[in-house]
Amino acid sequence: MTLSYSVRKFDAVIVGAGGAGLRAAIQLSEAGMKTAVLTKVFPTRSHTVAAQGGVAASLGNSEEDNWRWHMYDTVKGSDWLGDQDAIEFMCKTANECVIELEHYGMPFDRLDNGKIYQRPFGGHMSNFGEKPVRRSCAAADRTGHAMLHAMYQRNVMVNTQFFVEWQALDLVRDAEGEVLGVTAMDMETGEIVVFHAKATIFATGGAGRIYYSSTNAFINTGDGVGMAARAGIPLEDMEFWQFHPTGVAGAGVLITEGVRGEGGILRNSDGERFMERYAPNAKDLASRDVVSRAMVTEINEGRGCGPNKDFVLLDITHLDPATIMKRLPGIHEIGVQFAGVDCLKEPLPVVPTCHYQMGGIPTNYLGQVIVPQGENKAVPVPGFYAAGECACASVHGANRLGTNSLLDLLVFGKSAGETAVKDLKSGMRSHKPLPQDVIDKTLARVDRLNNQKSGADVHETRLTMQRTMQKHAGVFRFKDMLSEGVTKIMEISEQVAQTEIKDKSMVFNTARIEALELDNLIEVAKATIVSANARTESRGAHVRDDAIDCPETPDGRNDKQWLKHSLWYRDGNRLDYKPVQMKPLTVETVELKKRAY
Amino acid sequence: MKTSRNMLFKIYRYDPDKDAKPYMQEISIEIESTDRKLLDAMVKLKAKDDSISFRRSCREGVCGSDALNINGKNGLACLTDMVSFPDGKPIVLRPLPGLPVIRDLIVDMTQFFKQYHSIKPYLVNNDPLPERERLQSPEDREELNGLYECILCACCSTACPSFWWNPDKFVGPAGLLAAYRFIADTRDQATNERLDNLEDPYRLFRCHSIMNCVDVCPKGLNPTKAIGKIKDMMVSRAV
Repeated sequence: MTLSYSVRKFDAVIVGAGGAGLRAAIQLSEAGMKTAVLTKVFPTRSHTVAAQGGVAASLGNSEEDNWRWHMYDTVKGSDWLGDQDAIEFMCKTANECVIELEHYGMPFDRLDNGKIYQRPFGGHMSNFGEKPVRRSCAAADRTGHAMLHAMYQRNVMVNTQFFVEWQALDLVRDAEGEVLGVTAMDMETGEIVVFHAKATIFATGGAGRIYYSSTNAFINTGDGVGMAARAGIPLEDMEFWQFHPTGVAGAGVLITEGVRGEGGILRNSDGERFMERYAPNAKDLASRDVVSRAMVTEINEGRGCGPNKDFVLLDITHLDPATIMKRLPGIHEIGVQFAGVDCLKEPLPVVPTCHYQMGGIPTNYLGQVIVPQGENKAVPVPGFYAAGECACASVHGANRLGTNSLLDLLVFGKSAGETAVKDLKSGMRSHKPLPQDVIDKTLARVDRLNNQKSGADVHETRLTMQRTMQKHAGVFRFKDMLSEGVTKIMEISEQVAQTEIKDKSMVFNTARIEALELDNLIEVAKATIVSANARTESRGAHVRDDAIDCPETPDGRNDKQWLKHSLWYRDGNRLDYKPVQMKPLTVETVELKKRAY
Repeated sequence: MKTSRNMLFKIYRYDPDKDAKPYMQEISIEIESTDRKLLDAMVKLKAKDDSISFRRSCREGVCGSDALNINGKNGLACLTDMVSFPDGKPIVLRPLPGLPVIRDLIVDMTQFFKQYHSIKPYLVNNDPLPERERLQSPEDREELNGLYECILCACCSTACPSFWWNPDKFVGPAGLLAAYRFIADTRDQATNERLDNLEDPYRLFRCHSIMNCVDVCPKGLNPTKAIGKIKDMMVSRAV
């Protein structure tokens, strides 16, 4: 079968229509730019829809708050791996971005005085780490749903052009390294199109599906991250994955930290509120990495619950049922649906579950994708922007605070959109001629799938990858397991290159899409395990058995050697590093210190 | 309790690339106790036969992708318990009724979204933007409960006979629920225009309160009630 393709020209192409993509699209559409938004699912089906607990902003609606406190918490939460310029930018811009959403019509919950309702969340404190503060702006426990729909609706209003159920396949870069668009497939017809654009914005989300047990949707396959890696863009800090403390045991479905924000308590098999021992001050509202490790420690030491002692309990039975039904109605529903538990009467069985990719495509706070070039480690790639979970700005560093992800996608979705608009308006971006081989890589991939015989099964290969990642790069990491994991994942990647699908239809071929997604997942898995194997310290979500806890390296964190970002290159499977930006834009640096909650 | 049971599925299959007409495929698989939801079973089915095509994403009932007709009733695969299916009876899976089939269990939702878009599903407020949030009392905000939670899965509209007969003219329960979501929002200033937009023998008034929509909504929403409220507003506006 010979495959053909056509070319379509736009000022800008945005890949992904979750929170970041939709926010960027508003910026471009309002500026009158001819924009194509490609999305493999209808926009409101993007995984932002599943976010529950809220979006952080120091509005101070319930008590005094300050973006400087939010910035301090975020730097501390990141275990000092976050770039402080980007963190300042995010925390300072938060209020404006959340107010905009309200103006778009987002149905936030309200306080008696009519202002947006705010609740406490893990790691968010007042007065530089003193005590929990109400900073999370919420729409019940459906904040992501309310937000995604409000932004989709705003895009309907400003006439954004969507290409729904189009799978982006490869990034188009020319010999100078400039980005000229993407190749994509119309899932309904199998048609392949080059989207030739002056500006290309990736907002493709995370890749939580590299793990076996994940809160993530099926679609979270790291498509943008994989495309970038194949096009020679390094991936930053991919060893850092957030395991959310409270996934429903066995099902993986997320239970928001907002449950603990509303007063929920974690208990072990003795009924003990064990977080008091691990985080005497913040207790159940400590940072996610801290809580997840405490839970796994309890389970490993025999204090887990259930017949196999393999989960702990999240208890809200002491809360007022009316409050639960008002503030956490979705959690009640999830408890019934996925745990068979009525959380008004019984505690929920929970276990740390892969949730969020802290690393990604390296960007600065303007949303530009940046790569090392000679001595300069942060040179923008012309025409290429990224935002949201697929990007690494880096605001989350080694561990993200809850509610900072929805904030990230608002702030950087907007800034990436604004930067693209500015670049387009200045005339510095044109439709550079497409390279001769623009479609070759894509056609080769699709062609191989059409012709592959006696290859590896997609479902089985993906499962093997997920189980390997779960075992070798989980909540706690071990030197020998990591190095063994590298070997295994590299072997699996050979299998991925030989996958076979039985279904060869041109019409809505989801088997083909899953095989193409696996090409992206495996790049993420490789980047993760290789970066994790190399980083011989413990920091944030990356904790290893061989990192020594001593006065020079408290809790195994080795700032002298490892206060730096990892950069993984697909070609040569090699690592490079770049310094952390310790200097904020206008305020004083949040100085390094031992992290305790 | 038995840890596994063999279950038979009858699945609507149609690939215009190779099939002259649709047919029902019979396929059985072993269902373990860990296959809690119908979607878990469908993922297993697809592992066995990768050509079985359906949409899915969040697997927790918030994205609205995996709406199907399950044993004759619309619902989400990810919220349907496998234990709800009795032994010895096949599970019959068909695409949502009333919309064109693209392939297998995947329907063309163009008409559904066209109706959703036709009600101008966005907040209209022409006042100068305040510096901070617009204020709204908790009571006014509560008016949106039961409306804003819609996931656009189309279970309701494709269970509605009025929508089957006039998908191009009747907005359908999902679109009308969305219309009322904005009418009910104290921040929205376009109530009159929204009512004008629905003042038509078909767009609103084809709803005959059959209530299939309420029966199938996987989120427990009540479009019929919202439609009733719009009708009341039409009437009180006329007098």
